[in-house]
Amino acid sequence: MTEIGLGHYLTLGAVIFTIGIIGIFLNRKNIIVILMSIELILLAVNINLVSFSIYLNDLTGQVFTLFILTVAAAEAAIGLAIIVVYYRNSGTIRVEEIDKLKG
Amino acid sequence: MIAHAIFFYVFSLIAIVSAIMVTVSKNTVHSVFFLILDFISISCLFIMIGAEFLGMIMLIVYVGAVAVLFLFVVMMLNVAQQKNQWLLSESSSGHIPVGLIISSLIFFELIIVIGGWKYKPDLFNSNNLNKFNEMSNTHSLGQILYTDYVHIFQISGMILLIAMIGAIVLTFRQREGVKKQSYIKQISRERSEGVDVLEVPSNKGVKIDD
Repeated sequence: MTEIGLGHYLTLGAVIFTIGIIGIFLNRKNIIVILMSIELILLAVNINLVSFSIYLNDLTGQVFTLFILTVAAAEAAIGLAIIVVYYRNSGTIRVEEIDKLKG
Repeated sequence: MIAHAIFFYVFSLIAIVSAIMVTVSKNTVHSVFFLILDFISISCLFIMIGAEFLGMIMLIVYVGAVAVLFLFVVMMLNVAQQKNQWLLSESSSGHIPVGLIISSLIFFELIIVIGGWKYKPDLFNSNNLNKFNEMSNTHSLGQILYTDYVHIFQISGMILLIAMIGAIVLTFRQREGVKKQSYIKQISRERSEGVDVLEVPSNKGVKIDD
């Protein structure tokens, strides 16, 4: 228990990934919380990459974490811009009422 | 070693609890603040494990930029009437068992993958092993980021530029009744339409039509 290994970090990543999945599935009200759950999932992926990179003594994982960080920032900016435009056009961001595509 | 374990358990407990609070809390502003707490504790874990540069970058990018962006959008939109109440509303109660089953399936698959993996020492076949053990983490990361990965680095800069242009184009709108400077009109102005030479008769004055 006191020896912290790779498995501890991977378990932490798995738990945060699952919490993000639960947030996407069960949230039916507010689409901003869904975007935040996507950020949580990307964070879990980053935890896995960094812990593998440290324990295998290989720097490639940290470089990829840097690129994932870039893409996550771009995705958050674009997603929030889309939400702002949608709110301006339809006056709501509730998940239940966004059904124009009949999906 | 015992201090390492204590810090790991404290920070991971904070991270998991705040991740749960991001998804369950009713107020969206509280969700954003718990997201910030989550990022801070995970970046503390990164610094503790030895990836100092990524921990600091996580603090700067996520807490400084992304979370503040989320806060701005939450405050701009009218989320006061759009509370996040997935546990209480009756219309969403049908999704709860399905979501719980699927997410627990994914969780157990991840745990099985972690448990079944023997930490093989012969997995070391990458050519990017950390050869710079005497350098700091930031120094060694910079050594390979600007040599081996320089093209991917520049492509990620292009991605950021395109995201910036896309966000500006998406949220830009032209309002009616706002006076603006038109450079084309100013440049293409000619002498014949700007200046008028008049013969002024004495004692009469000139009437300028406007």
